[in-house]
Amino acid sequence: MKYKQGLYPIIKKENLAKDIFSFEILCPEIAQISKAGQFAQVKVAGKFLRRPISICEINKEKGTIRLVFAIKHEGTEILSNYTENTMIDIIAPLGNGFKTDENYKKVVLVGGGIGVPPMVGLSKIYGDKAIAISGFRNSKAVILQEDFEKNNSKTILCTDDGSEGIHGFVTQPLEDILKSEKIDMVYSCGPTPMLKNIAAVAKKYNTPCQVSLEERMGCGIGACLVCACKIKGENGETESRHVCKDGPVFNAEEVEW
Amino acid sequence: MANLNVNVCGIDFKNPVIPASGVFGYGREYEELFPLSALGGIATKGTTITKRPGNPAPRVAEAPSGMLNSVGLQNPGIDHFIAHELPYLLTKDTVILANIAGSTIEECVEIAKKLENTDVHMIELNISCPNVKQGGAAFGTNCDSAAAITKAVKQATTKPLVVKLSPNVTSITEIAKAVESEGADAVSLINTLLGMRIDIDSKRPILKNNVGGMSGPCVFPLAVRMVWQTANAVSIPVIGMGGIASGKDAIEMMMAGASAVQVGAAIFNDPLAPVHIIEEMNEWLDSKNIKDINEIVGSVKPW
Repeated sequence: MKYKQGLYPIIKKENLAKDIFSFEILCPEIAQISKAGQFAQVKVAGKFLRRPISICEINKEKGTIRLVFAIKHEGTEILSNYTENTMIDIIAPLGNGFKTDENYKKVVLVGGGIGVPPMVGLSKIYGDKAIAISGFRNSKAVILQEDFEKNNSKTILCTDDGSEGIHGFVTQPLEDILKSEKIDMVYSCGPTPMLKNIAAVAKKYNTPCQVSLEERMGCGIGACLVCACKIKGENGETESRHVCKDGPVFNAEEVEW
Repeated sequence: MANLNVNVCGIDFKNPVIPASGVFGYGREYEELFPLSALGGIATKGTTITKRPGNPAPRVAEAPSGMLNSVGLQNPGIDHFIAHELPYLLTKDTVILANIAGSTIEECVEIAKKLENTDVHMIELNISCPNVKQGGAAFGTNCDSAAAITKAVKQATTKPLVVKLSPNVTSITEIAKAVESEGADAVSLINTLLGMRIDIDSKRPILKNNVGGMSGPCVFPLAVRMVWQTANAVSIPVIGMGGIASGKDAIEMMMAGASAVQVGAAIFNDPLAPVHIIEEMNEWLDSKNIKDINEIVGSVKPW
């Protein structure tokens, strides 16, 4: 595993929606080695544990990565008060990213809430070969749709309350797509119940699926073993693996939900 | 540059800084940031006779100036450690303390016997893990059982035996004296303090194990006090740990009586913490014109 730790400047901060922020960070040595689906361990002033935040976008030419996060509790709230030009202490890139394949002709990216950001990195890779299905609580929480469009990916928007796009969960449009056309891979990130349902739909249509899991972390690099998840081993036995080092991306079929 | 070399139980450490068991795995992950040879030693992840899956997640929670964990001794088992991790660690030019734990005395004895045929430098016997139901802290919270397990493991090994003590006891000095009397070559303290956090919105404990071991700067003053009391109660060396996050913390712990120090939770905040601590200790010693770190061990002048 290759990763770096250091202090890097936030060169652009945006407030994408209520309680959702985007930091563009200038860190050329990290950007060079980052892949879609990896994450950063971010130090937050006054908090002991770092916060794992997925990498939304990588710009190798510019030497930047973009982190998009939601205010969940105190730590992310403190982070949201950081301003442009603040030096931020990150360890990145961490974990294994999504497995991508240039031979894929059509992929579906399914993101739910704050699971949408890592899908943007995949949209940049697959462009018009990707269909991005994004689910949010309501229209006020919608983020990053223009980023998918910029990459020429098709967007399908769902909201839980129907205030924008399709009224309902992301699994419905996913099923409609898988029913009607050949999809090479489903990529997804979001709340665990959503991932579980997506995995079931993908399985029903015999389509391979990768899911990005989340868990409370300690070191972020695979040493402390706190971010355990249950994965089916090769011999069929359930094994304790770790989201930070073995994941965060797993084949959906391996995950013991 | 002051002399940072310390000798604990006849083993030479190039400096007194050792990543504590549990935070550092078997070292590989940190090599991306610094050479393991920079460290005085490494206390490896607590290893049991057979593979353990550990406790369900979440296994970590934030604390004011610290954290709680409930990993539950997840490890691949002693045979895997000896075959796949130890040979690699022994090439790293640093002292290796194999941290071992068991749910019975017999298990600990068997692990110690397996390590006898290896070149591991020291054994750190964990009688203080708060996160497992059997063994662990059960041995470390009672003088008789602490003495009995120490005696049995000591008979099974020629390696220096460090016994790692729990702070979750009425008198840590009594436990320290009990293990000393049965042949412990050193004691290391403190393991984590049993704590709890609750998510007040869901009324659920944050840790799936409900409770877990608290560590980090929040426990440092308590650890200094226990190290000081223990160093005054026994004549074997004390390895001090608990909340050390800076070179000055390490100096303070050594003044309290620690011959070497272990660094745990601080590594999560600053993955280079052990290296920064070594640098800061050097700077402090130079600024005071102290030529040898050993001069400060137990040098506190109590009122």
